[in-house]
Amino acid sequence: MSMINAAVDGAIAIAERRSGKIGAEFYQGRARTMIERSFFAFKTSSWMVVLSGFVEPVFYLLAFGFGLGGMIGTVSDSNGHAVSYAAYIAPALLATSAMNGAIYDSTWNVFFKMHFGKLYQTVLATSMGVLDVAMGEIGWALLRGFTYAIGFMIVMTPLGLIPSWWGILAIPGAVLIAFGFASIGMGITSYLKSFQGMNWVNFFMLPMFLFSGTFYPLTIYPDWLRITIEALPLWQAIQLERALTLGTLDAGTALHVLYFAVMIAGGLWFTTRRLNALFLK
Amino acid sequence: MIVAKDLKKVFGDFTAVNGINFEVKKGEAFGLLGPNGAGKSTTMRMIAATSLRTSGELSILGKDPNHNGPEIRAHLGVVPQQDNHDNELKVWENLYIYGRYFGLGRKFLKNKIVELLDFAQLQEKRDVKVDALSGGMKRRLTIARGLVNEPEILMLDEPTTGLDPQARHILWDRLFRLKEQGVTLVITTHYMDEAEQLCDRLIVMDKGQIMAEGAPAELIKKYSSKEVLEVRFGSTKNAEAAEQIKNLGDRIEPLPDRILVYAEDGEKVLEQIHKMGLQPQTSLVRRSSLEDVFLRLTGRTLVD
Repeated sequence: MSMINAAVDGAIAIAERRSGKIGAEFYQGRARTMIERSFFAFKTSSWMVVLSGFVEPVFYLLAFGFGLGGMIGTVSDSNGHAVSYAAYIAPALLATSAMNGAIYDSTWNVFFKMHFGKLYQTVLATSMGVLDVAMGEIGWALLRGFTYAIGFMIVMTPLGLIPSWWGILAIPGAVLIAFGFASIGMGITSYLKSFQGMNWVNFFMLPMFLFSGTFYPLTIYPDWLRITIEALPLWQAIQLERALTLGTLDAGTALHVLYFAVMIAGGLWFTTRRLNALFLK
Repeated sequence: MIVAKDLKKVFGDFTAVNGINFEVKKGEAFGLLGPNGAGKSTTMRMIAATSLRTSGELSILGKDPNHNGPEIRAHLGVVPQQDNHDNELKVWENLYIYGRYFGLGRKFLKNKIVELLDFAQLQEKRDVKVDALSGGMKRRLTIARGLVNEPEILMLDEPTTGLDPQARHILWDRLFRLKEQGVTLVITTHYMDEAEQLCDRLIVMDKGQIMAEGAPAELIKKYSSKEVLEVRFGSTKNAEAAEQIKNLGDRIEPLPDRILVYAEDGEKVLEQIHKMGLQPQTSLVRRSSLEDVFLRLTGRTLVD
């Protein structure tokens, strides 16, 4: 076996291609190899976990949209048109499930790999950079989110809950939302030292789900509360998805997209810094 | 290949590595010895570009690990103290994905992994989950994994701790073969026989500093005598006997259970002891080893 041969150039030449480029210390352009790794792990993982991510929003839709919705009838959208209650909450559930999936992947899964699997230490002993790891893990979360969003749309569309053709954009919308939450979630997870700490994440998530205009418009709140909620990412996400599925796009829709673009950029910056501090100290 | 000048690492108010200087040449097997907490692993991590130094200079193949981390790591094979395999993946997948992290091609890896499984004697385990491997197999897999990028420098942090003698000897053989092929080895170990077997040159560290540096034989010559005589008079009489024989040999070291006499010729010293009318319960003459050097330099107190 020869250890020194032409292929030595392999690993070294590959790393040197980025030599001198901005960010070469933390990004090597190989996030996809983390996704490949997730795919290997996924092949042997439990299908129940995968299925639950799809089933959850469907159950909510059945219970609230059709169960409770039958008693409520119609509500009016932002243009004042009447829409069924199920069509009103369906995009909110899509946005929420995008958020939940992203947060689950970037907190529980990442926490486990950080502290028990020691996966990132292993990866960062190779020529991978910290941002490669972050992007790879987030990329995998988005791939899952994308699949769930398609599944949910396949259920919603025949039920007549997507009245507008713009609705097709709710799928990339869900990916955008998941990207925002996942990029921040990973950074937050880096601060958590125990499973108890993880409960704080849920403590924040559940009320955000219940009160962010998911089930009713914010107009019933006093101004100070309404403005606070409007600043939260889930409200932004729900408004974006609702505008797309109901076809009520306006200037505000662009602002929601911008909100997530900023959240993604900030989240990646924050997560990269945290992972650097944690693994390359 | 590796040059460290006044290298320092401080964690909060704890100084793990306190201004050390050393150099590792190409093709050499270089050892870092020292008790727990001496700063060996911290030094290893700084070389492996996974820990930033606090001050001083460090250059690996002419590059600075604080700024060229991924580039330096592309040259290195790393065998950490604890096996950190991806337990969700199988043996083959572990090697494959590790190679992918370096950006290596699928085709190259498929051939390479056949070679590595052969090297680690794990051909039959290729489709087994890592969890199901024995300790020795896991260790061999870690070393095989460290070779996937055909590194110029292989970093081994206590490579044989926890292995049975059979597994240790197989590993030594493998490491020796790598060295013959020109791979530079950097090894930390607690086992002095391992250091004597594998290392061309080594440093002994204690409390973040270098206590001694040189080839194993040189160090023995410098810090110990040729032979060591171990005599036991029984724990109640040892102190008294030590007082009587303190001028024999080059140096004596009374321990609670026995007395060590460092001398050129151990048998001769034993004769002298008999002539003095002392009758040790047991006596043993042996060659001086690296362990004697180590204990002399780092003391006999336990550190945790």
